Amino acid sequence: MAMQPAEMTITQPRRARKPWTWERVYPILTLLPSIIAIAVFVYGFIVWTGVVSFTKWNTLVPDLSWNGFANYRAIFQDFRFQSDLRNLLFFTVLFVLVSMIIGLFLAVLVDQKIRLEGLFRSLFIFPMAIAFIVTGVVWQWLLNPSTGVNLILKALGLTHLPKWYVDITIVPSIPWGHIKFGLPLALLAVIIAAVWQMSGFAMALYLSGLRSIPDDLKEAAAVDGANAWTTFWRVILPQLNAVTVTVVIMLIHISMKTFDLIYAMTGPGAAFVTDMPSMDMFQTTFQGNHYAQGAAISIIMLLLLAIFIVPYLTYSLRGEKP
Amino acid sequence: MSLRRVNRAVLYLVLCIFAAGYLMPVYVALITSLKPNSEVDLARMWQLPTRIDLSSWGQAFERLSPGLATSLELAIPATIIVAIVGACNGYALSKWRFPGSRTLFQWLLFGMFIPYQSVLIPLLKVMDSIGLYNSVPGLVLVHVIYGLPIATLIFRNFYVGIPDDLLEAGRIDGTGYWGLFRSIILPLSVPAFVVIGIWEFTQVWNEFLFAATLTTPPHQPVMVALQNLSGSQIVQWNVQMAGAIMAALPTLIVYIFLGKYFVRGLLAGSVKG
Repeated sequence: MAMQPAEMTITQPRRARKPWTWERVYPILTLLPSIIAIAVFVYGFIVWTGVVSFTKWNTLVPDLSWNGFANYRAIFQDFRFQSDLRNLLFFTVLFVLVSMIIGLFLAVLVDQKIRLEGLFRSLFIFPMAIAFIVTGVVWQWLLNPSTGVNLILKALGLTHLPKWYVDITIVPSIPWGHIKFGLPLALLAVIIAAVWQMSGFAMALYLSGLRSIPDDLKEAAAVDGANAWTTFWRVILPQLNAVTVTVVIMLIHISMKTFDLIYAMTGPGAAFVTDMPSMDMFQTTFQGNHYAQGAAISIIMLLLLAIFIVPYLTYSLRGEKP
Repeated sequence: MSLRRVNRAVLYLVLCIFAAGYLMPVYVALITSLKPNSEVDLARMWQLPTRIDLSSWGQAFERLSPGLATSLELAIPATIIVAIVGACNGYALSKWRFPGSRTLFQWLLFGMFIPYQSVLIPLLKVMDSIGLYNSVPGLVLVHVIYGLPIATLIFRNFYVGIPDDLLEAGRIDGTGYWGLFRSIILPLSVPAFVVIGIWEFTQVWNEFLFAATLTTPPHQPVMVALQNLSGSQIVQWNVQMAGAIMAALPTLIVYIFLGKYFVRGLLAGSVKG
């Protein structure tokens, strides 16, 4: 090829001025409708929501007079929102951890050159194709304390059957603000359903990670006399660090947005033991008509997510060629 | 050798236990949906029905059919539009980079990670003022806009894999921007269209928050209808389970036949992939 790559594409900003052609305008024209749509519907609306969160609009009739940080102070002193933050913390940690461990475990099993690999893989991933609402409806019945899973536990001889999502116990229940800090046991039921649905996602990511590790690396370790277990910890796992970052960030992202599953399965729960910020926002805004407080909750949700997503996006895209 | 045999046996045993665990909810939902009302009780949840009774499917269909129709009217156009716009965007961002195109891409991508609660109040007001509240076209518009980031991402990453040399040959012949897109890029894009088609259809079909906020009966998509069905205490469990399976079936069928492409969408959605 005689032509220099720089002449071919318009990637180099600092070259001598090129003649004005339609070719240089088309890409921007193509993108323009999407740029406008995202600018308005994502960034414009976020700013709008931000503005609402500083107003007195806490009735059905919009009142856009300035209220300072009063809505934020109100939600942070609210029993319900404090419960939300506690629940979100415990839900996220357990859901991410368990999904990750099961996902990695299954990926390693599936990667052992097994028969019917496609079938097993499909079985572990299919819940991802199902709506959270459907998952919630089905698991609500499976974990109904008087039937379902508890029938099996009873048959196995268990006498203290778990009360699942109707349990209001909080462990260890340390007083904190207006609430008791600790893991609400009712959340475990929701976590089980969420792990059932999402662990296949972790498996798929880990499996693609395992498949991209060159075989000679594994073989080299085997020649060195490392047994399978050491090979896994010393050679394979470090190679999966980047995948683990992706898995954790994506699962955190899903966990923070959890809404449908809770809505269908448990609702906010007694004393808000299974409530989430997403649910609180929805009900505060559209059922309670406290628009400004709802807006404040959603801004907190956005900030919590941005802490994880913005560095991740920057890091993911920086690795690419310019 | 025999140790290896034992290891393999244990491996398959563990895999089968997990597979059974993942299938367990499907089994329970299915057998329950096939029971007559008289056999649905708490103590006999795990027992097979004595005879197959489809009356709960009939009842569920009666309650869900408007929602199923709405969801189809919603998911099909939204998927088609999002795929077309995504392909054009991906082409512009991968083959015609301009100063700032990467930053623009990053800002675009962030749109798919926001909690939609943070745009919900303005969205409701705007939809209401332009007369699209509680309408299928309104929901299509919303799904197209918030589906744009992932569609753009999938096509862009797909097109990055097409060598620039391919376009160069056409460019020397004097083929322009849209000509290159039509003659070279589009014919190679079929897999990307399948991936985004499956992904977007599944997302729109399964979506709940926008549907619950922006519609009221009888314009509600199937997931809201299912939630209403199971939310009413008088409805029997067999009807709820039949409804749940019915609502899940379209995306499940797509998954069963095109699972490979679904997983590709899944991996692409995590930005690296």
